[in-house]
Amino acid sequence: MSTIRLRNVTKRFGSLVAVNRANLDVEAGEVLCLLGPSGCGKTTTLRMIAGLEDATEGDILVAERRVNHLRPSQRDIAMVFQFYALYPVLTVAENLAYPLHYERISKAKIEERVNRVASLLHLESVLQRTPGQLAEGEKQRAAVGRAIIRDPNCFLFDEPLSRLDIEQRQVMRGQIKELLAGLSKATVIVTHDQLEALTMADRIAVMRDGIIEQVDTPHRIFTEPANLFVAGFIGTPRMNLIEATLTEAGESHLRFELGGQQVRLPVTRPGLGAGSRITLGVRPRACEFVSEPDDGAISGQVDLVEPMGAETLVHLLHGDQDLRVVVDRTTRLTVGEQANLRFEPGSVHLFDEAGRRVEPAP
Amino acid sequence: MKRRRLGHAGWGWTAFAGLVSFIYFFPVLWIVLTAFKAHTDALAIPPKWIFTPTLENFVSVFARAYIKGQTAVDTNFDVYFFNSIFIAGSSVLIALVIGTLAAYGFSRYPLRGNSTYLFIILTTRMLPPIVVIIPIFLMFRVSGLSGTYLGVILLYTAFNLPFTIWMMKSFFDELSPEVEDAARLDGSNGYRVFFRICMPQVKAGLAATAVFGLILTWNEFLFALLLTGVETRTVPVAMAQTIGGDIGVRWGLLAAIETLFLIPVVVVVYVLQNHLLRGVTFGTIRR
Repeated sequence: MSTIRLRNVTKRFGSLVAVNRANLDVEAGEVLCLLGPSGCGKTTTLRMIAGLEDATEGDILVAERRVNHLRPSQRDIAMVFQFYALYPVLTVAENLAYPLHYERISKAKIEERVNRVASLLHLESVLQRTPGQLAEGEKQRAAVGRAIIRDPNCFLFDEPLSRLDIEQRQVMRGQIKELLAGLSKATVIVTHDQLEALTMADRIAVMRDGIIEQVDTPHRIFTEPANLFVAGFIGTPRMNLIEATLTEAGESHLRFELGGQQVRLPVTRPGLGAGSRITLGVRPRACEFVSEPDDGAISGQVDLVEPMGAETLVHLLHGDQDLRVVVDRTTRLTVGEQANLRFEPGSVHLFDEAGRRVEPAP
Repeated sequence: MKRRRLGHAGWGWTAFAGLVSFIYFFPVLWIVLTAFKAHTDALAIPPKWIFTPTLENFVSVFARAYIKGQTAVDTNFDVYFFNSIFIAGSSVLIALVIGTLAAYGFSRYPLRGNSTYLFIILTTRMLPPIVVIIPIFLMFRVSGLSGTYLGVILLYTAFNLPFTIWMMKSFFDELSPEVEDAARLDGSNGYRVFFRICMPQVKAGLAATAVFGLILTWNEFLFALLLTGVETRTVPVAMAQTIGGDIGVRWGLLAAIETLFLIPVVVVVYVLQNHLLRGVTFGTIRR
């Protein structure tokens, strides 16, 4: 079975902890995206799975077998590198055939497989060129081709689309997703682009400072972020995170004080009592402007209006906090105007003082 | 980068470049001309541009009479040419093999204090060679290496090594480590990564390093003078020994030796010139 498992894997570079007790399970046929800002340890994690870095502690299992002591060449893993890492002096055909060297199969067989992969990835016309003569998109496809020509235990992708332009990126995203769906291997994709992760992954692992903050489906990562970091990291425009104090915890509502204003929201959280310091998380698309102030709305001053085509991004200054609100492009607001903003109660996220998500009653 | 059309610079600049090249090349040209002059033409004042060419000088490189009127005897210059080629070729080759392996090691598997080691290696080239000539001469006398091929080849190898290591290391440093990682994941062991992936990428570097090392060794005089014997004498030493004799310095003969002496290096550089250009500009242009 093609699986990848990490058990309390830690990597230290001197005193720096690059990856801290990471636990992950990637099942056969599953695509897991490691998502996080640069320097969060996601590439190091990937390189440890590949065997290009040794884990300081913990166990790495590939296909249910502990591989910590195995060299990269013995792990039977195919990897696509960020800068493609095509062999510069070999032609595309030779690049594709390179991983087959140790399979001891006939020349004709090799050629057949090279041609099959080439036609799958539309590389037939460039087979005799060297990587230096390829366009960026062709390099990318050649790198993917070299990975899928074997039948490895699992696939690793390191920022596979970061070097492509936006249009090629969308095309390749779809192609890779389609390709991986047909291979039923455990796959780990490292990316810092959340759109890439949300579209390609079956599950996403969000990392920060060497720690895996949350592992979940793209949907749940978006709708139920486990903590403030994930909440702020996923979603564009960024989620509004507003510090507030809970002043009243009623049976069917909560009342907050934020920026000197009182807001009453018809939500409940069993874990919270009056007086707790919390952070409210509201996505820019989960609030709306209302004409009349009421006890469920906060007021502020329109600070900036950014039309984005289909929608308009409005910055509302509430106290010293900049709230981002996405409204329909037909909504007319002028800078300097006072406006009242109401949060969609079902979409409000609450985080406790430690930044952890406070779950609603089951 | 847009490739410029040949001759794009125009006639003015081409002529100017031609003039500068001519000034640089003039000494070589004069030597080659002198090689084809008879003794009287070579000494003529003002210098002669038009003369009857003769091959007499080239003949007497290999066989000549040492005293006027005697029959010509073999000068052994064929042996000296062989010695020069053999000694320079071997030492450059050995230095290239050891140096390339060392450079790869320094580049990919840095030691604790890597740069210190590299610096120490370089310090051996920092003092003028003449400073160490007495100890080396004594060491060669004691060890019996004096006058042997092995001795002088080892010495030149040692001369070439620091330069080879530094130069090859810079070439290996330029290579993308990702490519080697990819080869490892594709099932290659260290040897295959080195020979199949790395070496083809540094071909230009090998060529450039070989040519520089060759020129250095080919022209070396001081150590060759002291450490080679009659059998292992190289051309620069033999050349120096032809100066003198009953009719003063035979400029035509010297020029003929020099002309012949130029040929092997010119051939090597010509063969490697495409690599050479890429080699010396490597790393100065971002890919």
